[in-house]
Amino acid sequence: MAGVSDNPGFLLTTVGKGVNWARTRSMWPATFGLACCAIEMMGTGAAHNDLARFGMEVFRASPRQADLMIVAGRVSQKMAPVLRQVYDQMAEPKWVISMGACASTGGMFNNYALVQGVDEVVPVDMYVPGCPPGPQSLMHGILSLQEKIMSGEIQRSTGLV
Amino acid sequence: MSDVTEDTVDEVSDDAASQSVEESRRTRHSIWVSGTEERMPFAEATDEGAQELLPRDEDPALEIQRGIAVDDDYVIPEHVDDSERQIINMGPQHPSTHGVLRLQLELEGEMVRRVKPIIGYLHTGMEKTAETLNYSQGSTNVTRMDYLSPFANELAYSLTVEQLLGIGVPPRASAIRVLMVELNRVASHLLSSATMGMDVGALSMMIYGWREREICLDFFEKVTGLRMNHNYIRPGGVAAELPDGWEDDVTSLIERVNEGVDEYEELLNENPIWLDRTLGVGVLIPDEVKQYGVTGPVARASGVDWDLRKETPYCGYEKYEFDVPLGKHGDAFDRYKVRIDEIRESLRIASQIIETIPLGDYRNVDPKVTPPPRARIDESMEALIHHFKLFTQGVVVPPGEAFQAVEGPRGELGCHIVSKGGSRPWRMRWRAPSFAAVQALPPMMTDSMVADVIAALASTDPVLGDVDR
Repeated sequence: MAGVSDNPGFLLTTVGKGVNWARTRSMWPATFGLACCAIEMMGTGAAHNDLARFGMEVFRASPRQADLMIVAGRVSQKMAPVLRQVYDQMAEPKWVISMGACASTGGMFNNYALVQGVDEVVPVDMYVPGCPPGPQSLMHGILSLQEKIMSGEIQRSTGLV
Repeated sequence: MSDVTEDTVDEVSDDAASQSVEESRRTRHSIWVSGTEERMPFAEATDEGAQELLPRDEDPALEIQRGIAVDDDYVIPEHVDDSERQIINMGPQHPSTHGVLRLQLELEGEMVRRVKPIIGYLHTGMEKTAETLNYSQGSTNVTRMDYLSPFANELAYSLTVEQLLGIGVPPRASAIRVLMVELNRVASHLLSSATMGMDVGALSMMIYGWREREICLDFFEKVTGLRMNHNYIRPGGVAAELPDGWEDDVTSLIERVNEGVDEYEELLNENPIWLDRTLGVGVLIPDEVKQYGVTGPVARASGVDWDLRKETPYCGYEKYEFDVPLGKHGDAFDRYKVRIDEIRESLRIASQIIETIPLGDYRNVDPKVTPPPRARIDESMEALIHHFKLFTQGVVVPPGEAFQAVEGPRGELGCHIVSKGGSRPWRMRWRAPSFAAVQALPPMMTDSMVADVIAALASTDPVLGDVDR
């Protein structure tokens, strides 16, 4: 996190790094389960895989309390406005993980009903591949997002899709 | 039911004591028709007049669906004291709606007076996509419909295609199919019990249910390479032989899941909080079960003895010994209990398969349906041609139509395919058990508490991927 000076009694860091560290260590996801991926997302949070190891097991039902939206599953045309509304209700800073092939690109369903990638509706920070991605894949996605946050600025542009 | 008018309904709710409990319960459950304020009897509620498409600028449905306009079904009658009445939306983004179901509830204080399920938030157009995929690719599509019972979807699809082709499968393939479908039923019921536990506040049940489900998923991963959406059962047989040592895996799975199920029963069966939350909640009487077309554990919990594995056996189910657990009261507790008993029965079938599985091929050897083994392609020109034809054109199916239903974890799961010849279905249509369960939610929930809505919904275990497709 920061350089250690010659005197081991001091820990030096910048405000930015400190803030980013705090943000990554208890990132609460909003429950936005849609389809098959939602089951794997629940599986990631459950006993066997235990997302609590990364301080993220607190899935919040209210978007106001959440920092991260994991879009788990296929987003239909009918669901897209709802998804955008939930995203808008989340407080800054907020991040989005697009979980699975359907959320990322529409997957195998190239038809009238599905939004071809959730990045048409909300800005996505991390794409997790798979159909559905296993718990390990999702965890890898989450850890990669944490690294991304650690290396980024505290403030970022908002409201732009 | 059919001669109920608005006036008599209101009289019933005012003067409920004068009628028998069952009578008064049933007369309340008329259907509301979208875009009108009238209650319609069952027969007329599904006619064209109620369902016809309005011109786009007159049709309020789009705005209602997107939550922009308020549904005018919910005009509160003037003579009712409405100081306590309000309409709230539960879902589509709600932790307890098992996906993206939206329920419009009309509340009078804490009592639910009307319920209207609104579906379509997960509509994926899979039946349409099926028309662009050939028969070999089809099972990749259908396995994603009811994502908690992928094997049952694949089985219904494969049996229908085989019916169209007029081919059978070797006995070993049938036994492997039954094994996978039954273990899938176990995994699905474990998840159902787990989420039901979470919804009514028994969080330990959630953790325990997932623990045992992971055992099943590990076995699926070993056999098919995937934890979900396997694409393993295909027209003509299954995709691959069971891995070496599968008997030991299944034996240990049966033992561990049985132990787990004992633990659930110890935890919940006499737990006063669990009983308070589930006994007498979300009751569905046998007549309503039949009227709404509800099948599976929900129907059997109401005492309707209907299981396709017994009624119209497929895949050689008649060879296996198992019971069909039945409930008496049709409430949330009976549904939980029926599922727990069904887990045991499915494990019983799995242990019989270990004993009786015949030797032989795991798929049909008809070269027009199944691709040749890889090694044969180097040796035989015929095999090369068949391989090429199968993977470029696909399986050619004669014209005709076929329907096959299987008993999925949620009930009667049917697949109807119309073929006009060629290698793609002309039309595919699914009969989804969750759809019937969701349309039976209003009679379950009307005149109950808000908290019971959660318990009743969790106990029917709808999968929205199955409802909307």
